[in-house]
Amino acid sequence: MSGQLLDHLANNLPALQIAVPLLSAAVCMVLRRGRTAWVLAMLVAWSSFASACVIFNRVVQHGAISYAEGGWRAPWGIELRIDLLNALVLLVVTAICAIVLTASPRSLDQEIWQENHSKFYALYLLCMTGLAGMTVTGDAFNIFVFLEISSLSSYALIAQGTTRRALTSSIQYLVMGTIGGTFILLGIGMIYMVTGTLNIADMAVQLAAVGPNRTVLVALAFICIGTGIKLAVFPLHIWLPNAYTYAPAIVTAFLAATSTKVAYYVLVRFLFSIFGAPLAFGALRLDAVLMPLAIAAMFAGSFVAIFQDNIKRMLAYSSIAQIGYMVLGLSLVSVTGLTGGLVHLFNHALMKSGLFLVMAAVLLRTGSVRLEAMAGLGRRMPWTMAAFVVAGLSMIGVPLTVGFVSKWYLVMGAIQAGLWPVAVLILLSSLLALIYIWRVVEVAYFRQPPDDAPEIEEAPFSMLGPIWVLAGATVFFGIFTSLSVGAASAAARMLLGVGQ
Amino acid sequence: MFEGGLYPYWIVIFLMMTGLYVVISRDNLVKKIIGLNIFQVSVIMFYIAMGKVQGGTAPIADAGITVFSNPLPHVLMLTAIVVGVATSAVALALVVRINEAYGTIEEDELREIERVEDAE
Repeated sequence: MSGQLLDHLANNLPALQIAVPLLSAAVCMVLRRGRTAWVLAMLVAWSSFASACVIFNRVVQHGAISYAEGGWRAPWGIELRIDLLNALVLLVVTAICAIVLTASPRSLDQEIWQENHSKFYALYLLCMTGLAGMTVTGDAFNIFVFLEISSLSSYALIAQGTTRRALTSSIQYLVMGTIGGTFILLGIGMIYMVTGTLNIADMAVQLAAVGPNRTVLVALAFICIGTGIKLAVFPLHIWLPNAYTYAPAIVTAFLAATSTKVAYYVLVRFLFSIFGAPLAFGALRLDAVLMPLAIAAMFAGSFVAIFQDNIKRMLAYSSIAQIGYMVLGLSLVSVTGLTGGLVHLFNHALMKSGLFLVMAAVLLRTGSVRLEAMAGLGRRMPWTMAAFVVAGLSMIGVPLTVGFVSKWYLVMGAIQAGLWPVAVLILLSSLLALIYIWRVVEVAYFRQPPDDAPEIEEAPFSMLGPIWVLAGATVFFGIFTSLSVGAASAAARMLLGVGQ
Repeated sequence: MFEGGLYPYWIVIFLMMTGLYVVISRDNLVKKIIGLNIFQVSVIMFYIAMGKVQGGTAPIADAGITVFSNPLPHVLMLTAIVVGVATSAVALALVVRINEAYGTIEEDELREIERVEDAE
């Protein structure tokens, strides 16, 4: 009996990945006490992560999972389809959701009114629903709907920031995000006109038969720009620095590691699975557009980051540069390049959420995230700042950290493609990362705090734990690369249609 | 598709460009949101026009009904309309809060206030 029940549960995991957070969000909304809502959200987030692990394991062992929503078979019904690519993304997203949520209570106590806590967790779960939904669905229109669910909740989450600047940042993001979402909707509509289907796998088959006519190319362009806005590809990134700077610290750690990653996944899915590499990079030469933009992002993002005194803003600009690396990997259109992009998705999620959680801890103890407030923090908050150094080294790409692994694949991809200058540019831009990380390290470790500085203690364990899980993961996956690189390279081979 | 040429699509393009222009050119946040709405409505019209069959009726399984419109794009737009309404609601709520916090909803004035704030 219980075996049957477990079987039933296991077969419905893809749908539960969406349904459970969605329904729990409604429950959170009516709960009065913030802590009760947090316990519920924790339960949901960690069980989502557990089920993502089960799904990942099953996909690795038995191949892609197809789930017919409500028993209606694809291509008529809505299909949830999980292959190696989205299993990996789902794993990252749910892991980050759960870890950041674990660290949230103390930070929220500081930044958000007590009576709003349960609503905050409701929004958090809604955002998670949207992100998980975009990742698991096999239906193009579903991608738009879940994109809007996650976007609308993230606008509200960003607007919770303590200063009034959070409001203007949020509306700036809303306007751009809505234009992006609507572009994606328009693109999907055009593909539907040509193919008569919304199922991703079916679309791919039909589009291959149709070939590159003008409607298809225009659809591709609209979808590229739409996802480009959500992904914050240079020069469509202007919403990102403000949104990340003025959002509550927890929200920044959450969004920086999940929302742009899922947007990257959507872009990869559309370019490689639906349109196919020959169309996107042969008929339209998107690589010729994306590669210069990616390189520009790597330099512009890192360069601007060097001059920021607000460390949250500095990390936001560094995110733009890191997104550049991911897009560069994609635009190389080779197994090695795409592996590098996908591995960097995994790795950047770990290190950036770790760094932003460190900023949450610093904000909790010092009340500021400005550079001058960090003087002498290396001695006053040793564990927190040590985590910053570890994740920061990874951002630079030092060997034995995850950052090295992804840059290795990107450089190899560029060399294999015969693009020596690009390989050199990747290394040069890493030096810029060294400068902006070093600025913080120097102030934290080598500058004396002012004499009138108030006594501060180490961050609470509830935050230190998650921070070190992430910092530890950047080292662990930098040494044991079989999980991330194995899954990413298998996914890249699948996307490019190259045999094992 | 319409026999009378592609004129529904010209309307769609006109609405879309109008909406986008309003979003870009107006400083008043409420006007920006209205522009955003027009922009979204143009895509809704696009889907509706795509599914319409000249002389077709509603798709009801009944004797005598042979020509009918494609219901799928029409139904999809119910969801898109809900998304549009939700977006406007969130945006307008933000505008109310911005007005409370800054005392203005003109973007150029907001920029000026924030520039002064940054300089301090």
